[in-house]
Amino acid sequence: MKVWVPCDAAAVACGADEVAAAIASAAGLRGETIEIIRNGTRGMIWLEPLVEVERDGVRHGFGPMTPEDAPALFEGGDQPKALGPVEEIPFFASQTRLTFARCGRTDPLSLADYEANEGWQGLKRALELGGAQTIEEVTTSGLRGRGGAGFPTGIKWKTVAGAEAPQKYIVCNADEGDSGSFADRMLMEGDPFCLIEGMAIAGLAVGATKGFIYVRSEYPHAIRTLNAAIKAARAAAIIGDSLMGQGPAFDLEVRVGAGAYICGEETSLLNSLEGKRGMVRAKPPLPALEGAFGRPTVVNNVLSLAAVPWIMTHGGAAYAEFGLGRSRGTIPIQIAGNVKHGGLFETGFGMSLGTLVNEIGGGTASGRPFKAVQVGGPLGAYHGPDDFDLPVCYEAFADQGGLVGHAGFVVHDDSADMLALARYAMEFCAIESCGKCTPCRIGAVRGIETLDRVAAGDPAAIELLHELCEVMEKGSLCAMGGFTPYPVRSAIRLFPQEFSLSMEAAE
Amino acid sequence: MTEDDRLAAILADHAGREGALLPILHDVQAAYGCVPADCYQPIADALRLSRAEVAGVVSFYHDFRDAPAGKHVIKLCRAEACQSMGGTEMIARLEHALGMKVGETKGDVTLEAVYCLGLCACAPAAMVGDQLVGRASTERIEALVAEVSA
Ligand SMILES: Cc1cc2nc3c(=O)[nH]c(=O)nc-3n(C[C@H](O)[C@H](O)[C@H](O)COP(=O)(O)O)c2cc1C
Ligand code: SF4
Ligand code: FES
Repeated sequence: MKVWVPCDAAAVACGADEVAAAIASAAGLRGETIEIIRNGTRGMIWLEPLVEVERDGVRHGFGPMTPEDAPALFEGGDQPKALGPVEEIPFFASQTRLTFARCGRTDPLSLADYEANEGWQGLKRALELGGAQTIEEVTTSGLRGRGGAGFPTGIKWKTVAGAEAPQKYIVCNADEGDSGSFADRMLMEGDPFCLIEGMAIAGLAVGATKGFIYVRSEYPHAIRTLNAAIKAARAAAIIGDSLMGQGPAFDLEVRVGAGAYICGEETSLLNSLEGKRGMVRAKPPLPALEGAFGRPTVVNNVLSLAAVPWIMTHGGAAYAEFGLGRSRGTIPIQIAGNVKHGGLFETGFGMSLGTLVNEIGGGTASGRPFKAVQVGGPLGAYHGPDDFDLPVCYEAFADQGGLVGHAGFVVHDDSADMLALARYAMEFCAIESCGKCTPCRIGAVRGIETLDRVAAGDPAAIELLHELCEVMEKGSLCAMGGFTPYPVRSAIRLFPQEFSLSMEAAE
Repeated sequence: MTEDDRLAAILADHAGREGALLPILHDVQAAYGCVPADCYQPIADALRLSRAEVAGVVSFYHDFRDAPAGKHVIKLCRAEACQSMGGTEMIARLEHALGMKVGETKGDVTLEAVYCLGLCACAPAAMVGDQLVGRASTERIEALVAEVSA
């Protein structure tokens, strides 16, 4: 019997290792021979640990499993944790999984599994087409950076390809520090070869022979998996001195961050990679021309790079068929916080915010009324039910004074204290500011103080807060200071009473 | 191995590596439990940096400590998704139960804030030593603390 128990960090955090051990011992007691495969997660985190058992060639799901549920897997009959065929669970069945097609299905570190599931097809095609046409294909796909800013990936690659230099680099931004974001982690843990393939294609396309994956230190599982996958890919001669024995050299190295949110910003990340403080660099020069160690560098998010193998395998035009307006392809949406069905949901751009929160997410986990959802991480705006019609795409959110960012959606129920959340936004900025510019470094600290004055009922403080937000937005060098006003202002706009009640009480 | 030999071995491991300072500091912290100030000069010499540059890098990053942590490090996520699931209250209760604040070390235990562990869909989240905890509760973490301190 084949049994899958996820090794994803979220599944493990919910007890997957204990469940795997219990299944092994239950099987042993019954004298059954089973094969336990540690797969990635299917992304239905509320069902984790989600165990799968193969029956007549179909994978049936059970979850959320506890060690006590393990013996029942072998007993037949009615099982309270049975979910039926796992790919027919509506949350899963209604997705368009391109980037995450393999995640949860395969053994993340099995080269054989990877190959049997379209693995290396994209790289093979890129090797046939050559760099220029590969970039053409990526441009046709309409792929835009999934790290937040949404810059067209094809254009970035073209700039690096056109730069003359003795050495170029591919840097994968795996610093994923946003609250509510975990797709990068899931992909690295659940399908690391996909990222390796994407980076190899990028290297081939622009003429870079070395790649770095900069992973945050908060992700020890992902770091271990990546290192093992790189070693395996090198041993199989897929990367290394020559890509698949026929292409140019390309090798990879994992670098570990050291607990600084700002190192997700690309220039700060490059400084950190070079062994410096993670201070933001002024642009220009663009990293594409003067990036890592002063050389032309592609800096791309994990998901941007991991989308490329599918694009190369199926063609850029096929990818561009999904999406809405200038947001092409699919977006791995992360639903988190106070929500019934938290997890990863990959779909074409364009699904409405309300559908996402109420139907896909199933409403709040607490069962209390929905209050607000923060979209795009700690620098993203809060949205209320009035925004439920907004389609998930870069332009629509920007038009509403928000951002899609890395597509993390954090749901709050009516118990959320918006003043406290606004204060937290300022506090986070103060803790994580790189310190290079005054509006952010000092402004965030003043922001905390001003919000404390608001809380204490000082009637002049709100006006001051608005001015401060204006200064931070206009005067900051990067989005850390520049976007911190988004959560603050949107919280005030949505729930003015929470910022003025204290004032009235004091008057 | 003497202390100096250990540091020399780490520096030798990374000789010639581009941008080696962070990997070196991670290794130093793994070996010593912190980055002791008397390592700054030898590291600076090996990388042809100034001592101040090394000190500046160490102080910039949250991960690097100037004194070793307690034997058991408990990291509690303070970020928004965890807040939405009662994380703030959980941290307060745990502080009360352990008689210490986030950021402090008491006896064997160090309590630390962390800003997202990527477990936001099973919030609140924590990390006790190497062990990740999702859907964390005060009781669950207390039990883990008791387990590791036993
Ligand atoms: C404060 C700040 C934090 C950021 N954090 C991340 C991050 O964690 N991951 C990421 O890929 N991009 C992050 N970005 C965006 C990067 O600067 C950059 O745009 C991105 O890595 C480019 O890759 P892409 O084009 O594939 O999105 C951040 C930007 C800012 C201003
Ligand atoms: S806005 Fe903040 S994080 Fe960005 S450069 Fe200025 S000080 Fe650094
Ligand atoms: S917000 Fe706590 S784990 Fe992400």
